[in-house]
Amino acid sequence: MELIQQLVNGISLGSIYALIALGYTMVYGIVKLINFAHGDVFMVGAFVGFYSITVLHIPFVLSLILAMAVCALFGVLIERIAYKPLRNATRIAALITAIGVSLLIEYGFIYVRGAQPEAYPGDVLPEHVIHLFGAKINSQSLLILGVSVVLMIILQFIVHKTKIGKAMRAVSFDAEAAQLMGINVDRTISSTFAIGSALAGAAGVIFGVYYIKIEPLMGVIPGLKAFVAAVLGGIGILPGAMVGGLLLGVIESLVSAFGYSLWRDGAAFVVLILILIFLPSGLFGKYRREKV
Amino acid sequence: MKKRKLAGIFLSLSLSAGVMAGCGAASTSSGGSSGKETIKVGANLELSGGVASYGQSIAEGLQLALDEINKKGIEGKKIKLVKVDNKSEAAEATNGAVKLVSQDKVAAVVGAATSTNTLAQVQIAQSNKVPLVTPTGTNPEITNKDGKVNDYVFRTCFIDPFQGTVAANFASDKLKTSKAAVFIDSASDYSKGLASAFKTAYEKNGGSIVAEEAYVAKDTDFRATLTRLKAAKPDFIFLPGYYEEVGLIIKQAREIGITAPFMGGDGWDSPKLVEIAGPKALNNTYITNHYSSGDPDKKIQDFVSAFKKKYKGKSPDAFSALGYDTAYYLADAIKRSGDASPEKIAKALAKTKDLSLVSGQLTLDKNHDPIKSASILEYKDGKQEFNTKINP
Repeated sequence: MELIQQLVNGISLGSIYALIALGYTMVYGIVKLINFAHGDVFMVGAFVGFYSITVLHIPFVLSLILAMAVCALFGVLIERIAYKPLRNATRIAALITAIGVSLLIEYGFIYVRGAQPEAYPGDVLPEHVIHLFGAKINSQSLLILGVSVVLMIILQFIVHKTKIGKAMRAVSFDAEAAQLMGINVDRTISSTFAIGSALAGAAGVIFGVYYIKIEPLMGVIPGLKAFVAAVLGGIGILPGAMVGGLLLGVIESLVSAFGYSLWRDGAAFVVLILILIFLPSGLFGKYRREKV
Repeated sequence: MKKRKLAGIFLSLSLSAGVMAGCGAASTSSGGSSGKETIKVGANLELSGGVASYGQSIAEGLQLALDEINKKGIEGKKIKLVKVDNKSEAAEATNGAVKLVSQDKVAAVVGAATSTNTLAQVQIAQSNKVPLVTPTGTNPEITNKDGKVNDYVFRTCFIDPFQGTVAANFASDKLKTSKAAVFIDSASDYSKGLASAFKTAYEKNGGSIVAEEAYVAKDTDFRATLTRLKAAKPDFIFLPGYYEEVGLIIKQAREIGITAPFMGGDGWDSPKLVEIAGPKALNNTYITNHYSSGDPDKKIQDFVSAFKKKYKGKSPDAFSALGYDTAYYLADAIKRSGDASPEKIAKALAKTKDLSLVSGQLTLDKNHDPIKSASILEYKDGKQEFNTKINP
């Protein structure tokens, strides 16, 4: 009974990691850049959701969509201003820029509105307690899982069934060849950032509703954890990010369940190290032999 | 060696301050600690910066008390308050203390609100032999470092571990519990101090600690640890933390079905706690605090109504109450000191006994820490209600 409860705890936490991890993995897949500012897009999404619920008084679903739209725009802006000029620079330059952008967003945000936390109103969504095999499940955790799954299905549809999805796959496979085939690489990269950031924005709003407290530095740890999740599943592979996120959430819950709650964050990064040593391309990654 | 060097610095500082004071000699000579009509008291408080609300609340309480004291005067003398803003920073608190002591030549310094900013002034008070009284600095090290009492440093509030003892007595005697769980913030000395005092007292009362868990500040998901706590079936949970995490913990605990009462210290005392946890989840939780504005005691109600009259209906918080008490605590010592010199005031402060204040009867122990009562407040539908008062 306690174990079921812990699994439920882990899956709700994991689905938030999974939503953020999807954005990491998409961006990496297409421009081979680890976008460290992604966790901060998540934070911006949480605040957009908060202000649209408390100031504009619009319902949850519309707030979610608004936060996704704002974050999509924000993601594209980041790409255009910070990363596009460095497209042909070394990868380390782009990586350092990403860290810089992340710090700029965090502290710029604190400068503008202050560092004090905000609390999401408690009545955004109705809360019920569902009893399942003796475990108490909050209806909100099911909703998180539901929203995550729906968004992931939409994402799969976009990537595999639409023209822009086809372009994305082509650019990630070989950007130069795609360009020769008449694909607008810049626009494809922008739309990748837009979709990834929209998912992070959605994760931000869900996080706010579920965990109530939001603050300007809230994106740092979930961002790093989502990065671990993306590597765990195999960076650049979409289903890998989902499975990696859920798995990481469950691992963390179980670590706490066995009484090592202070080791929880450590456990996530031990997972990262183990994966990098034994399965560098992740659970879903194919081992690619270096061509000579 | 080091001390001599420091003293040298202060000497040169006060010399240069004296030179500067020379320019405005006409205005400053009438003041001075041994002046005939006024006694200068400095206030070194957090009037701006991160914890400005603490400093401002104290200043309001202090001013109200001084207005009352000055109506009668202390044997014909009036107290004049000299305020400096330490901007919620330790370095500024040190600068402010130097200015008050050497330039304004105050008889005593009140402040600061936080333990860190008070600790930054301790050395100045000690080497210049000017009494320093912090209204709300609860860290034990302020008055007593490594077993040595700081002769010139005092406080009006009780110290951290005392709250843990009070909570343990309340849990065993009033709530009749015997199986407690402790859930602490592993990164906070405040939390650890309260928890260890709680455990000692609770076990002495015959209860047992069935589970001990810890979290780290800024965590947001406590469900896994709480599920584990729930399995230990405690009938009382002691949670000494700060309101941000405490709010989330209580909300998540109620969601997974923990109905046992929670209790914590003054770190819970913020309106944000109610916003984060929600009023319903907070039912059946208690805190220990320095005072409660809902206490029916006449002295407290007189203070509350005087405060509301002066500050346009604003209800005084614990910081204001302790600021108010600090003024009376000092005034009492000044009266007993005879000539109002800093050294005699310090000696009189150390001998304070059974002084009746808003936050309870104050008697100083040998470490310069007050022994006084604590109020227990209960949350009912998001509002703090006075529950009981526990005497030491």
